[in-house]
Amino acid sequence: MRFLARRLGFYIVTAWIAVTLNFFIPRLMPGNPVELVFSRIRHSISPAALHAFTIAFGIDTRESLIGQYFGYLDQLFHGNLGISITYFPATVSSVIRASLLWTVGLLGVVTVLSFSIGTLLGVVAANRRGTWVDSLLPVSTFLSAVPYFWLGLVVLTVFGVDLHWFPLSMGYSSSLTPGFTWSFIASVLDHAILPAVTIIVSSVAGWLLGMRNVMMATLGEDYVLLAEAKGLSRMRVTFTYAARNAILPNMAGFALSLGFIVSGALLTEVVFSYPGIGYVLFEAVSNEDYPLMQGIFLIIVIMVLLANLGADAMYAALDPRTREAG
Amino acid sequence: MSTVAATVSRVPQGTQARPRGWLRSAARSRKVQVGFGIVLFFVLLGVIGPHFVANPSATGPDAFAPPSATHLLGTTDTGQDVFAQLVDGTSASLIVGFGASAVAMVIAVTFGLLSAFLGGVWDDILSTFTNAILVIPALPLVIVLAGYLRGAGTVVVSIVIAVTAWPWTARILRAQTLSLRRRDYVQAARVAGESTMRMIWFEIVPNEIPLIAAQFLITVVYAILIQAGLAFLGVGSVTTWSWGTMLYWAQNAEALTSGAWWWFVPPGLCLALLGTGLALMNFGVDEIANPRLSASRRGSLRRRLRLAPLVGIGGSPVRRSSDAP
Repeated sequence: MRFLARRLGFYIVTAWIAVTLNFFIPRLMPGNPVELVFSRIRHSISPAALHAFTIAFGIDTRESLIGQYFGYLDQLFHGNLGISITYFPATVSSVIRASLLWTVGLLGVVTVLSFSIGTLLGVVAANRRGTWVDSLLPVSTFLSAVPYFWLGLVVLTVFGVDLHWFPLSMGYSSSLTPGFTWSFIASVLDHAILPAVTIIVSSVAGWLLGMRNVMMATLGEDYVLLAEAKGLSRMRVTFTYAARNAILPNMAGFALSLGFIVSGALLTEVVFSYPGIGYVLFEAVSNEDYPLMQGIFLIIVIMVLLANLGADAMYAALDPRTREAG
Repeated sequence: MSTVAATVSRVPQGTQARPRGWLRSAARSRKVQVGFGIVLFFVLLGVIGPHFVANPSATGPDAFAPPSATHLLGTTDTGQDVFAQLVDGTSASLIVGFGASAVAMVIAVTFGLLSAFLGGVWDDILSTFTNAILVIPALPLVIVLAGYLRGAGTVVVSIVIAVTAWPWTARILRAQTLSLRRRDYVQAARVAGESTMRMIWFEIVPNEIPLIAAQFLITVVYAILIQAGLAFLGVGSVTTWSWGTMLYWAQNAEALTSGAWWWFVPPGLCLALLGTGLALMNFGVDEIANPRLSASRRGSLRRRLRLAPLVGIGGSPVRRSSDAP
């Protein structure tokens, strides 16, 4: 398991870099934007909140930068991300907790679906190379250049505004109280379909093209030729020999694509006023709510790192070479 | 075997594209021709277009007017001409796209080459940093940065985007440089007593130009999409016309529920079309530049691979990473 330990080490370093960036960015910005906000809110919030704000952003303090840095790390380790200005007096962590589940739920399901569909279509496209299927490739190139949020706008207009098939905004119908009731779950699903379709359609082309290309190279390998020569069925050669090996590089791409998909999903949430973390980030930026903005950035990084770790674990399970090495 | 470090390091010997020869091959590629045509169209539109359209900010009496002879693409909620905005906003996307990508390439070359030439602990530190920035999702970081720089202009937005756009290219260049360093002609230059700087600038970098060109193109697409996203959120200046700001105003003015499709459909189509043009050029150049592609261009694979651009831009510029580990 040396492979996973190494990856874990790398993710810890990455998290530390993100935390450090988070600390220095507000302190290095020209024009002291944080102090402007500070002077605006200083009379309207409680002393405790004010104190948290000064620690987080290093205002009104004689402490050295190093001292501030360790104070900031200390706060983080205690799960203290400060107080939100927009949702005052709620803490940043409670605001994030309320919205995180929506994003993780939507994105988790959608990413797995998109990866599976795209990979499967990639296998088919590679198998049918040289036929009419090839003419779909320019289409998927075009689709992958479409901004997620714009596709969201179009989907919303057609299926929400014009056809009235789906609701226009929010995560569930406001007439319902959240709980484990059928009507609530149905409402959540109803509201999630359009954002989910938007993200799948925008991201599936990337998986498709990636898988198709690796698949093409794999189909040219000698062992595939041997399998064909042995007279194995086409299905068997495709899935048991070629696709099984081609899927590894495509999974390696998962880590790197995830950041991009998350970015697209954040904007998609804004289009659909979906109560996830992207929408809250949008509100935080509009209201110059710096503590919330930075808290969300950190949480997104940590979520992406955890997802990557999960992908690595799967990779290790699929690729025997990673096990031999450890 | 690491996921992120699934590098592009298997560079074949002796298939190096001759400097400048690659440009001629690129010009013959059908993908490059079509892509270049699309990009050129938008460049001309952005440069010449604004002189021929009405003032995009001028309001008029016709609110939410559908496309007609007077307003080719209809009007906004305040009677502004959508076509004029579309033409006027072209240059913003192009400037941010090309500007940010150029800056990103400079950072990438610096990091990639330093990493490969310093080696040892420095290589470890620089590579880890590069990979870390690669994993950190770009848009949230850009939003946080731009959120502090209220109403940031084109230049600032370009720099902020560039800061997140370089790691993928840096990784590819590092791998390529490591392989080039072992080549005979570089070894010969070293034995002949050439200085490290001279070796980098005259032996290494010229051979990496096609690779950098391919990366540059795909990074432009990335930068344009991020800029559009930022503008759509209203981060940065909302009074400079760009395709993203058009979408921002359309969303704010409830163009959706008013059924004013002519307001928000064209900017998105332009973004996607320009992105497709750049991606096609990237595919074409990549087939010449990508060492892995030329490596596999032997024997029976040759024909198949020509049909297989190795890039899925969709997901992201990074998807092309999918190299066998």
